[in-house]
Amino acid sequence: MNANGKAIKYGDNVDTDVIIPARYLNTSDIKELASHCMEDIDKDFHEKVNSGDIIVGGRNFGCGSSREHAPIAIKESGISCVVASTFARIFYRNAINIGLAIIECPRASEKISDGDQLSINFDTGVITNITRGETYQGVPFPPFIQSIIASGGLMNTLKDQKE
Amino acid sequence: MGMTMTQKILAAHAGLEKVAAGQLIQAKLDLVLGNDITAPVAIREFEKAGVEEVFDKERIALVMDHFTPNKDIKAAEQCKTVRNFARKHSITNFFDVGRVGVEHALLPEMGLVGPGELIIGADSHTCTYGALAAFSTGVGSTDMAFGMATGKCWFKVPTAIRFVLTGKLQKWVSGKDVILHIIGKTGVDGALYQSMEFTGAGLENLTMEDRLCMANMAIEAGAKNGIFEYDALTEKFAKEHGCKPWRVYKADEDAEYTKTYEINLGKIKPTVAFPHLPENAKTIDECGDVTIDQAVIGSCTNGRIEDLRVAAEVLKGRHVSENVRCIVIPATQKIMLEAMEEGLVNIFINAGCAVSTPTCGPCLGGHMGILAKGERAVATTNRNFVGRMGHTESEVYLASPAIAAASAVAGRLAHPDQL
Ligand code: SF4
Repeated sequence: MNANGKAIKYGDNVDTDVIIPARYLNTSDIKELASHCMEDIDKDFHEKVNSGDIIVGGRNFGCGSSREHAPIAIKESGISCVVASTFARIFYRNAINIGLAIIECPRASEKISDGDQLSINFDTGVITNITRGETYQGVPFPPFIQSIIASGGLMNTLKDQKE
Repeated sequence: MGMTMTQKILAAHAGLEKVAAGQLIQAKLDLVLGNDITAPVAIREFEKAGVEEVFDKERIALVMDHFTPNKDIKAAEQCKTVRNFARKHSITNFFDVGRVGVEHALLPEMGLVGPGELIIGADSHTCTYGALAAFSTGVGSTDMAFGMATGKCWFKVPTAIRFVLTGKLQKWVSGKDVILHIIGKTGVDGALYQSMEFTGAGLENLTMEDRLCMANMAIEAGAKNGIFEYDALTEKFAKEHGCKPWRVYKADEDAEYTKTYEINLGKIKPTVAFPHLPENAKTIDECGDVTIDQAVIGSCTNGRIEDLRVAAEVLKGRHVSENVRCIVIPATQKIMLEAMEEGLVNIFINAGCAVSTPTCGPCLGGHMGILAKGERAVATTNRNFVGRMGHTESEVYLASPAIAAASAVAGRLAHPDQL
């Protein structure tokens, strides 16, 4: 599986309160959540994001609350993958559980600039920066987690088990 | 190699003799928690997957605390979804307005969480119950849905950082100052994917409120969980609160820690975390002149009775500055009653505070005290991210109840001794 798109770059400690502010959590409507995604850190995000784009963050991406609304809003916005140096742990498991691709790679996070054209191979963890002609080795998922993603998220593994 | 407290609890719940850091396991859950924000998403996933029954109607807690009493129509719809689900599945521990409290204050109070248990909650501050020598951690709604269906959850076994506490806190210093001090040292990702394990002779000088507050903020250091070693106080609390039969897990002598911090409680000063990260810790004497518009005393971090007693001690016979709105929110109905019986509510109202029914309210910028552009609040809550309590250009300073109350009177960040 691959992701292809342009980088949208942010810094360290992008927290769930800026990914989806709590004032919008009175709904769990996916489209509405997506329309406010990243609003408090980047108010034009909703306008500029194109399907396939890749968010590139720094350290501790997704820190803060456990709201699954955060990876849901990102996924629904059309983002194909989030690359970061490190992820906050609840965000990390939420992304896996809902089937949003994420990949840890400190070098990529350091080298990629806003707007760079990227291609990511999830099987190998290799991130290619087409704009700069560079590649970075990210950490691919262990088999257990790959199997959750392959099922299309955690709840689907339940269905698979039942069948 | 030996196991840490956390690793022992995980191993026991996974039916394994031994686990090692990095291992992926599936473990049995003693309790699954959700609230009015996270449970509706979990319920949608649960129903979408076609699951018909919950794994155990007594081991699920649904707490309507965030946007309640319903702040608007959408919030009302969310609560209704959860209420209907709770009725349909006869969930024993469903807490609605009138019985509800802020979840992480309510569950320990009700004896629903106890030593040695494994608890997940679709709320990041679920790590609070580590104060009771339990493993508890925040997860997302899908984990909650999976947990409600199967009674299980997947985990990566964490490494641990050990905090060896010695000494005794000084007057006006509390668990809040200790944990802000610690996060100031570790940074907001200093304990990422790890456990924070608290031990040492200083433990006996910490109250259960101090411990609950400290474990509550383990997530603000990025930790998976924070856990306190079981001692006489844990036992007393578990007995008094009628916890289910519990088990005690001690760390092995040769357990491995990635780091050990020695913390002398006697040296900790009142500490404030400046915007916009909990790691921006300064001692009160380093704060300078910071005027405030609002003070919030409450939340799952510091809305317990001991917190209110300290705030009342500062506010008694004094008046909140005319430039400050001071909002006091007891975390549960029981705490509200105690505060009334002890005369604390009178002290608050006479001092010019607004006292609210239990709710998360302003802590997450939900309702009951939202900040306008440019406004500043001192709050006993646990997060000061951009926009956390309102406008993205407002600011939150995290502090203890003593500092928040003193600041409400002074109109600026202040120590009670400065009044
Ligand atoms: S009081 Fe604040 S931190 Fe605690 S559960 Fe409520 S919103 Fe979350």
